[in-house]
Amino acid sequence: MTTTMDGSAVGYRPTRTLTFRTELRRQASRRRTQLALGFMVVLPLIILIAFEFGDDNGGGSRRSQFAALADIATAGGLNFALFTLLVSSSFLLIVVVALFCGDTVAGEASWGSLRYLLAVPVPRARLLGSKLLVSLFSCAVALVLLTGTALLAGTLRYGWHPLQTTVAGDIASGTALVRLLAILGYLAVSLLVVASLAFLLSVSTDAPLGAVGGAVLLQILSSILDQITALGNLRLILPTHYASAWLGLLSNPVQTDDMVKGVISALAYAAFFFGWAWYRFLRKDVVS
Amino acid sequence: MLSGGAAGGLRRRTVAGMPSALSTRVRRALPRPRLTRRRLITAGVVLAVVLGVVGWAAWPTPKSYLVENQTITVQTGPDGAIPVALDTTYYRPKAASRAHPVGAVLLAHGFGGTKDDVADDAKDLADHGYAVLAWTAEGFGASGGQIHVDSPDWEVRDAQRLIDWLAARPEIRLDAPGDPRVAVVGGSYGGGLALMAAGYDKRIDAIVPQITWNDLANAFLPEATGTGPGSGVFKKVWAGLFFGSGQAADLSAAAALTGPPAGGARTRPGGPSDPSCGRFAADVCRAYLSIATTGTATPDEIALLRRSSPASILDRITAPTLLVQGEADSLFPLSEADANAKGIAAHGTPVRVAWFTGGHDGGAGPQSDQDRVRFLTAQWLDHYLLGKGAVPADSFTYSRIAGIDAQAEGVVALGSVVSEYPGIAGAGTSTVTVRGPDRPIANPPNDNPAAITSLPGLGGGLASFVSGRVVEVPGQHADFVSAPLPSTVDVVGAPTVRIRAASPTGQAVLFVKLYDVDPQNGLTLPDGLVAPVRLTGLPASIDQAAPVTVTLPAIVHEFQAGHLMRITIASADQAYLTPAAPTVYTVGLGGSDVTLPTVDSAPIATTAVLWRWVLVGVLGLLALGLAVGVLLGRRRYRRADRSVHPDHADVPLVVDGLRKAYDDGFLAVSTVDFRVERGQVVGLLGPNGAGKTTTLRVLMGLTKPTAGDIYVFGHRLTPGSPVLSRLGALVEGPGFLPHLSGLRNLELFWRATGRPMADAYLQEALDIAGLGDSIHRRVKTYSHGMKQRLAIAQAMLGLPELLVLDEPTDGLDPPQIAEMRRVLRRYATDGRAVLVSSHLLAEVEQTCTHVVVLHRGEVVASGPVDDIVGDSPSVQFDVSDPVAATAALQAAGVRTVTGESNGTLVVDLDGTPRAEAVAALVRAGVGVDRVVPRRRLEDAFLALVRGDTEGSADR
Repeated sequence: MTTTMDGSAVGYRPTRTLTFRTELRRQASRRRTQLALGFMVVLPLIILIAFEFGDDNGGGSRRSQFAALADIATAGGLNFALFTLLVSSSFLLIVVVALFCGDTVAGEASWGSLRYLLAVPVPRARLLGSKLLVSLFSCAVALVLLTGTALLAGTLRYGWHPLQTTVAGDIASGTALVRLLAILGYLAVSLLVVASLAFLLSVSTDAPLGAVGGAVLLQILSSILDQITALGNLRLILPTHYASAWLGLLSNPVQTDDMVKGVISALAYAAFFFGWAWYRFLRKDVVS
Repeated sequence: MLSGGAAGGLRRRTVAGMPSALSTRVRRALPRPRLTRRRLITAGVVLAVVLGVVGWAAWPTPKSYLVENQTITVQTGPDGAIPVALDTTYYRPKAASRAHPVGAVLLAHGFGGTKDDVADDAKDLADHGYAVLAWTAEGFGASGGQIHVDSPDWEVRDAQRLIDWLAARPEIRLDAPGDPRVAVVGGSYGGGLALMAAGYDKRIDAIVPQITWNDLANAFLPEATGTGPGSGVFKKVWAGLFFGSGQAADLSAAAALTGPPAGGARTRPGGPSDPSCGRFAADVCRAYLSIATTGTATPDEIALLRRSSPASILDRITAPTLLVQGEADSLFPLSEADANAKGIAAHGTPVRVAWFTGGHDGGAGPQSDQDRVRFLTAQWLDHYLLGKGAVPADSFTYSRIAGIDAQAEGVVALGSVVSEYPGIAGAGTSTVTVRGPDRPIANPPNDNPAAITSLPGLGGGLASFVSGRVVEVPGQHADFVSAPLPSTVDVVGAPTVRIRAASPTGQAVLFVKLYDVDPQNGLTLPDGLVAPVRLTGLPASIDQAAPVTVTLPAIVHEFQAGHLMRITIASADQAYLTPAAPTVYTVGLGGSDVTLPTVDSAPIATTAVLWRWVLVGVLGLLALGLAVGVLLGRRRYRRADRSVHPDHADVPLVVDGLRKAYDDGFLAVSTVDFRVERGQVVGLLGPNGAGKTTTLRVLMGLTKPTAGDIYVFGHRLTPGSPVLSRLGALVEGPGFLPHLSGLRNLELFWRATGRPMADAYLQEALDIAGLGDSIHRRVKTYSHGMKQRLAIAQAMLGLPELLVLDEPTDGLDPPQIAEMRRVLRRYATDGRAVLVSSHLLAEVEQTCTHVVVLHRGEVVASGPVDDIVGDSPSVQFDVSDPVAATAALQAAGVRTVTGESNGTLVVDLDGTPRAEAVAALVRAGVGVDRVVPRRRLEDAFLALVRGDTEGSADR
């Protein structure tokens, strides 16, 4: 049996180990992946059916942005997609992202397959890279599926109309579609915080539930703290402070100031957590 | 090494008696309590950062000023001889002194308020370095006197006396003796005072009147065709609120007057107040009662109101004036500030105008507006009071509500700037055509029911903004609608429209409004503003009616493309007093054009631009960081030591002085050396916790050794070493994706190696696993033994040159174990080698060619199995009487006799033949049940294992 200069077996190249494709096949065959993505398709349909029930006899004094967007959710496909995003962004998407990113390494550790991947050997940084890319890809697919289904189902049911907003009046369909994509992009960037936190926890523990739950819990904690105005400027550095800044895209002209700050905040947190995850995993004793 | 062994022993004692699996799990799950220096430093840094951030946010900034509350009694009235006690608060900057005198600001409050209402603004200005004197105007709060509505004889004179008071303070900068450097700032009632005072007192150096009036008569009796307050329509709700808040002041004052010297009681002729007038001065009260009763004002009453209006003295104002007016203000609309601006500027006095989205209806407006007003005020005062900064530009700034602020649930205003104040007529105009037939509309008796357009006094910011609040009464209005707008129109100023009307009484009171109608027919009345019109001399028939031009309220509103414009002419409005008798008017347009004022504006630059650059910087940094990280990783990989140790070049495995202590201080392996040569099947034998698993973990690159090295084919092993690709392993049990079949697991595992599928020898591996059709079932359905066989097959994928198996027979049945032994022996041919770890002697004995015995992290014996498993000099005797037997054996000349339980003796014969020893026992009358020869390895192993089977399995 011949070997190469670095002593590796014939045909072994570190850069060919655990490719994106392989990892994707490993993850895509998982029931939790299929269920989570399936739910992204089902949820808009459930909401759609829910809207078919009964009359709108909601209290007249509701003035929140949420209530306002709910009132006009059936105005067209764009409005419906927007509403679906609004109701999903506060919790569902966080859980889904935490699931994809928190389970990926901790899940392998709990199955015991992590040590065999490392003994292949898949270089640790490469293992993290492949796993993270696949996790983020799954999150992106979930986002697109959710929005796409909502847009499609909403358009089929309510028609293709300009986007109605509470203050910006109507936004022409073409512009509105671009705005919807921008909202999607912003959500994706702000969800990077959850993703990175879940990923950090994932490389730190052998319990997938701990990583997923921990990330979600910390997000909830941040949201709760953000409600306490007494914290003053401290709230500005909370990772969820700018979570709903995308509503600025629904005014005319768009207000992007908070979104810019939100993106900065999200990127800073994500870079910190991802960096920490890499640092930790590259030096860690894998004992599972 | 000795100390390491001691530490290992110590550790073992602490976990003694605990089931090994549990201790392992507990140790993994619980945070390790050991405080290393590194953890201490990390915790310290985190704590410091958290405390620092919290401290930064919570640290109170020391106040830069002193607050002095005092009553200042001023000589006031037409002759300046009536003493009135004013309740004041003086905010003196700590830095101010005779040597460093500062500028002063008189800060006046709004109608119905007190000095406390302006406390926040006062502190702001004091922080900025101004000495601020806030006072409660006479007739309000704890101050004495009566409400004369900014009368030149009373309130204005009060202000002049306060300026005198300031002039006497040593820390106030003086222009001349008795002439302090002073500005007057105030909103609404206070703004009116600022203008009036500037007209009557030349010592005032700058004023910032906000949301205030030009002509009280016009404000309360507006008329939009320009016929003046004499024929104005009475703004009854606002007037009532205005008057009511003055009356209410009486009640609170009665209580407050028991405290400070009751100057008010002395100055009020007639003793206790008239219940219909409260603390209003008699003349003002009389005028109000008369106007409110009739709905019209006599020339005398108009003269009284004008005496309290800046309109009468604008030509005398020389103090540079910053006029701030609210767009959502149905009490003092933008036209009031416009009149003030024109009047003051006509005489060359510097004037600057700013509009914001609040007002008497809209409140303080969003934060961006408040910040802008605060900035403009500071800039104005700094320049005109202290000469600091450049001359403020003439530019006109305004803002428009653009949407809902996602964070604060308030509104967001977009600021715009125009180089020069264009006035409410706008810099340019555009026209929109509206159409509609003439229509009869009914005037309801006594204003009821009437359209609701504004909610005076309830200005919560959104009142004028939510279209749902506007209510039109059917039959009372005529609508004239445009086509959908082809393009968006930004209206900044007062639109005009021509209307006609006919009335059987010859006169009519009408309300003209400009609606924004969205494609869903949603109505928006910008800021809830209407133009009241009183027309006289009307014909009975609309055909003979002459068109009149109506100036609609000035607004800042964006009419979007696709929306409609609608001119509505209504007969009644809840906020106004209309003719009591029911009448039917006929109304129509006097021309189809609505003229809309526009301006050329640019958005006000905000800090947003800065943040965008920060974002670009962050993105750049991240990209750079990522690139550097990748490059460093590659470089490290390239520069990694790939040299081959010459002594071990062709040896599958050399373990050299291996030592591993875990983070929590547990020494799992203290020193281990052994070799695995080609063709060997080496058994790693030891009780649980001897360090087998830890050694294998290091061998797989899962953990880093504390000291020592492992060489695989001469390559020094580090985590992720490429040479690991020549090693197949099963360590600590199987690890599979439970949702996939066995076959798919093997395939995906091989794919993860990135090597060609043909190199996997998948079929051979499958034959070894021997799972049959079960290979297509999901792994989660497998039994323990099936998983174990699959794991061995996975380890053999690609036929690695070194096969490492940890307890391979775990879970296998006897025939499978026998088969596995054959497989392993066969595998080691062709120059391959196998390392098998086990805690079972028989296992190693039957499978391996060589053996390494580990105990407490050290190698206690190693060599070929045959050498080690040879006959031992000791024999085990099972006897009926151990005591007699021991004596008999010792007499027979054996070396040692060790008693065990149940009459078992282990005897070192030391050359004495076994037959002789048995004979000696028989002679001594001891019954011998069994004589078992012992072997070396067993001896050594059992001695180690005896009473020592605990310990942790994960060594």
